[in-house]
Amino acid sequence: MMKKLILSLSVSFAAALAAPAASAAGGGAVMDFSADYSNTASMQRGARNFMNYCAACHGLKYLRYSSIEKHLEIPRELIESELMFGTDNFNGHIETAMPPESAEWFGQQPPDLSLTARSRGADWIYSFLNTFYVDPEATTGYNNLQLKGAAMPHVLAELQGIVVKSKDEEAGDGHGGGHGGNHGLKLVQDGALSPEEYEAFTADLTNFLAFAAEPGKADRIALGWNVMFYLFLLFGLTYLLKREFWRDVH
Amino acid sequence: MAITPNPHNTTGFLGWIDDRFPLTKIWKDHVAEYYAPKNFNFWYYFGSLAMLVLVNQILTGIFLTMHYTPSAEDAFASVEYIMRDVPWGDTIRYLHSTGASAFFIVVYLHMFRALLYGSYRKPRELLWIFGCLIYLVLMAEAFAGYVLPWGQMSYWGAQVIISLFGAIPVIGPDLVIWIQGDYIPSDATLNRMFSLHVIALPFVLVGLVIAHLMALHEVGSNNPDGIEIKKNKDASGKPVDGIPFHPYYTVKDIMGATAFMIVFLGVAFFAPEGGGNFLEAPNFEPADPLQTPEHIVPVWYFGAFYAMLRAVPDKLGGVLVMGSAVAILFVLPWLDRSPVKSIRYKGIIVKTAVMIFAAVFLMLTYLGTKPASDIATLLARIGTIYYFAFFLLMPWYSKLDRTKPVPDRVTDH
Repeated sequence: MMKKLILSLSVSFAAALAAPAASAAGGGAVMDFSADYSNTASMQRGARNFMNYCAACHGLKYLRYSSIEKHLEIPRELIESELMFGTDNFNGHIETAMPPESAEWFGQQPPDLSLTARSRGADWIYSFLNTFYVDPEATTGYNNLQLKGAAMPHVLAELQGIVVKSKDEEAGDGHGGGHGGNHGLKLVQDGALSPEEYEAFTADLTNFLAFAAEPGKADRIALGWNVMFYLFLLFGLTYLLKREFWRDVH
Repeated sequence: MAITPNPHNTTGFLGWIDDRFPLTKIWKDHVAEYYAPKNFNFWYYFGSLAMLVLVNQILTGIFLTMHYTPSAEDAFASVEYIMRDVPWGDTIRYLHSTGASAFFIVVYLHMFRALLYGSYRKPRELLWIFGCLIYLVLMAEAFAGYVLPWGQMSYWGAQVIISLFGAIPVIGPDLVIWIQGDYIPSDATLNRMFSLHVIALPFVLVGLVIAHLMALHEVGSNNPDGIEIKKNKDASGKPVDGIPFHPYYTVKDIMGATAFMIVFLGVAFFAPEGGGNFLEAPNFEPADPLQTPEHIVPVWYFGAFYAMLRAVPDKLGGVLVMGSAVAILFVLPWLDRSPVKSIRYKGIIVKTAVMIFAAVFLMLTYLGTKPASDIATLLARIGTIYYFAFFLLMPWYSKLDRTKPVPDRVTDH
């Protein structure tokens, strides 16, 4: 009986969970990627990458500097000297330095990225960072497979090198869009990083943005295991209690 | 008839209370000496589980209300504040958001149980109607709650649902403005949804739950055999197939609640987004009245009704079909003409009809959460026709059905 109950509840929940998550990511991502919330080192590097390459334009207005200390194990002194540029409020949020007028420079104000990993998905961010290619017709000189006509210039071009897109979808070199199928992207001029290093760089950045979207996630999951342990014990006891009482029902 | 104070003749401190307030009487009438059939199967957990989820929603809701800011300007940020800065805030928020979906899952299973075992048949018609009212209020409560985070889906979902009232002839457009308190969903809309969600609808909901329980305890619980246990009493007047609710069903329901919590808290802690079905991804973007999301789809528990709405080409027609789909539940007790209550003794016609109905409802739920397409619209139309045929043809097919003889006593437990 109880097995049936657990089974039916699990099935109904599982059915809800298993329904394709495509809508969850706001449309499919070009490349596969799932954030690794347990990889603190990667998220630490991602925090450094973000502050050096992204924070000039993008804010993380719901993330406090102190949360980085608390969850990513970076010492406060290091955060204050290496990561905090525009402010000395350690408990403050990571606000953008971009004035609202920047909307006129880029066509739109660079969006806040606090929750992008939840609204679009970590795979979306990773794909976006990896699928820039040269497009002479675009205002910025670059286009993007994940976000057609992206307003953002390819800030990381000096790291990645120059990528062109061939009409032949099979002509790519496996990098820059190669993971989720070959999209015809090809590196024609080396950047400061090798293709593998660039992928690792963007993976770190994506892991950090996934962290920024929900800093408490790792703690929540750890707590969840304690809760499960307790509940399984409790279930054993309540099962025995029920069996004892029902002995005299015939 | 005069009320006898302290009918159980208790003494001491309890006697002092019982002389003035029916404490022992309530305890005995509704718990310790409320006789329930001894053959409840696993379908009978969902009533008490629905109560458990209701309590969860009220308790977590109280704490969310302490930290939430009901204004179009600050609502979204205040939810993130709860998620990041309020101690235990993320846990409380996920318990509440997962609770909303869990509420509908247990209520749907609870209603399906009634359908299986004929729990809406005489003398339980009012019990069923109170239940339908609970379901109706629950839908309003869930809708109002979904607006509060003021994300993109909150905003555009509210826009789509409220605009449905605009299909009503003559008064429609004015009615929409009256409900919204503005020409578009705005701060005024958010604030009234907050008021309804936190005060008005929970009051109605709890009141209806009390009425539902009073009606249940007046007529007694049905059971998987559809037999009236009150027809078979021993010398002391106790039903021979009944057992006192306490301790038998209290310990059984505590065990059921623990099993439920394993699944429920498993989702709340490990997958609170429910794969994008419990918390939709676009709702992590703040509401933007100038930018419509690519697909506006309701949360899964409204999927079936939304699919029926979209299945009808005409807007007013769609609204009427959707409204009728809920309204028709209320008259179910008078549509079923089968001589037996429980599916166990019904024939092949009703058994088949009920199973297809369950499959169709699941299909419509799925279709309602997906973008429209030609094949989806066709399936939704077939599903909608079946949904109504199931109810409207019931007076005939339930009578035609070849039933089996019902035993005098409950069969197993």
